[in-house]
Amino acid sequence: MAYDKFEILKSTAVPLPIENVDTDQIIPARFLKATERKGFGDNLFRDWRYHPDNSPKKDFVLNNPVYRGKILVGGKNFGSGSSREHAAWSVYDYGFRCVVSSFFADIFRNNCLNVGVLPVQVSPSFLTEIFKAIEADPATVLEVDLPSQTISLPATGLVESFEINAYKKQNMLNGFDDIDYLTKLTDEIRSFAQKRPF
Amino acid sequence: MSATLFDKVWDAHVVQKITAGPDVLFIDRHFIHEVTSPVAFLGVKNRRNTVLFPDKTFATADHNTPTINQHLPVADPLSANQLKALEENASEWGISHWGLGHKRNGIVHVVGPENGITLPGATIVCGDSHTSTHGAFGAIAFGIGTSEVEMVLSTQCIMQPKPKKMRIQIDGSLGFGVGPKDVALFIISQLTTSGATGYFVEYAGSVFRDMSMEGRMTVCNLSIEMGARGGMIAPDQKTFAYLKGRTHTPKGADWDRAMAYWQELYTDEDAVFDKELTFDAADIEPMITYGTNPGMGVGVSSTVPCAADVEGDVDTYLKSLTYMKFHEGEPMIGKKVDYVFLGSCTNGRIEDFRAFASVVKGRKKKEEITAWLVPGSHLVEAQIKKEGLFDIITEAGFELREPGCSACLAMNDDKVPAGKLAVSTSNRNFEGRQGPGSRTLLASPLVAAATAVTGVVTDPRTLLTSDK
Ligand code: SF4
Repeated sequence: MAYDKFEILKSTAVPLPIENVDTDQIIPARFLKATERKGFGDNLFRDWRYHPDNSPKKDFVLNNPVYRGKILVGGKNFGSGSSREHAAWSVYDYGFRCVVSSFFADIFRNNCLNVGVLPVQVSPSFLTEIFKAIEADPATVLEVDLPSQTISLPATGLVESFEINAYKKQNMLNGFDDIDYLTKLTDEIRSFAQKRPF
Repeated sequence: MSATLFDKVWDAHVVQKITAGPDVLFIDRHFIHEVTSPVAFLGVKNRRNTVLFPDKTFATADHNTPTINQHLPVADPLSANQLKALEENASEWGISHWGLGHKRNGIVHVVGPENGITLPGATIVCGDSHTSTHGAFGAIAFGIGTSEVEMVLSTQCIMQPKPKKMRIQIDGSLGFGVGPKDVALFIISQLTTSGATGYFVEYAGSVFRDMSMEGRMTVCNLSIEMGARGGMIAPDQKTFAYLKGRTHTPKGADWDRAMAYWQELYTDEDAVFDKELTFDAADIEPMITYGTNPGMGVGVSSTVPCAADVEGDVDTYLKSLTYMKFHEGEPMIGKKVDYVFLGSCTNGRIEDFRAFASVVKGRKKKEEITAWLVPGSHLVEAQIKKEGLFDIITEAGFELREPGCSACLAMNDDKVPAGKLAVSTSNRNFEGRQGPGSRTLLASPLVAAATAVTGVVTDPRTLLTSDK
């Protein structure tokens, strides 16, 4: 599924300063029953966001109108647990294009890159600075610059660079995904397959 | 040049190396199930692609299937819809499909090995993170997302940067009442849930060599819970003996050819790992978790650790204890339990039912306990009956359900109600994993059995005699 190109994103951010946020929290298993990729944003963080009777939990950050934006800032080890890509879809469908954390679980990071959400890993101290800045002023803007691989807090001038491999970067910049790449290799793959012992 | 087991298998599957990018990795075996495949098949269609090698993909229904009355239509329309989509997609593309009620049906990571689809030196993927299970055979096996399921369907490849390599060495012999699940929970408690992120793990040492294939699967299964991409164990005579003659294993001359390849699959003596860890088997006791991730585990006879003694953010830690309704310093033994779940791809194999039966034999299920005993597959179920375990557990007041993932992720009706405490042999104790508001203690089949007959968290060693 192709997605929108990603270049420079300037946005306020939603803070979620909790460590080890797992994909069962991002999207509980009972919402994985769809056979189409639709409506996942509504159930993002479902059990933290809503009471069992579906009324919103007032103290959860997504229900606080003060915090909004296209960037989600999470605590260390974000996205651990199940491989469900639905977690990345819900993040994307809700309207986030970027998740910032000081550490990501592997599969979640990969899934994000495959669906057009940019995972930006920052140092623990930079993460603390972001949380502090947003706490002081929810209107704080973050700037994520993919071409130059930097993330900054324009208000304070704080900048940090982040890693992304050149191939994935190219994909994100162009809105391409791996399938676009792989389908061009079909002949090579066919001849490779013939050499496998089983 | 000397290489690790992981290098040997990985390098043999690289179709193309992209500079400053991922490797294009060929996939030998692809498992699919009803939950993470429908959207992938839609993608294949929408892009007007085809399924490149339908004979390398295997479908089984497991994640949202009921574990009673499987002969009746599935009541939940959304689950029924996913099952139907799996069946239709499999038949449209000519993919082998073991649907509900099929005699080979069961949890994907149980049926793969027991039917010989899982092979040493293979690359194996599935849209489920516990695909790491298959590493027990010396395969490179890991979980993927739905976009990658689509990639494998349409191109039989995925794109992955090569992970770093870690070796975890445990020598010595395990104490009485200590099994593979305890070894895994112990390692995760030492490494935390992110301690192996970015790594592929090889387990080495006498503890793993001495383990049965079932036990090795349990250990490799849980690799993902410390963040690892996967875990693997070098194949040996035990591996080959397990595989020989299974439905899908190579036969005759093909077997000999495969054996020649498999016998090369070990880590060379001077091969280098990015990280090496060593533990002593004597330090491991039966384990149990007390918090909301699998890294929060202690020996069953220990107490809930104090916030001051654990690494990581104190608020996150205390939030977790609040969810569990536990307090720092409390003993684990004696906690009143409401549910016991024996099953999942972690502990739903024959050996797990043998362990469970060894404890409940001649005892009775505690009345207040609701117990779900769910075999990992129909073949496991048949074996349970054949070995007489069925009689032992029914005499003790337990019922055997039909195979599936069940309370491991509670997508079907097997949900632990809010606030209730479960001892579970599955792999995740996240908030709400076994149903909204449910509280989960992960443990071995022995601990689960001991708890099921006493109604409280119990050290199984107090119920077993060591010469058993
Ligand atoms: S038993 Fe649990 S972990 Fe295993 S395949 Fe099923 S849902 Fe996944």
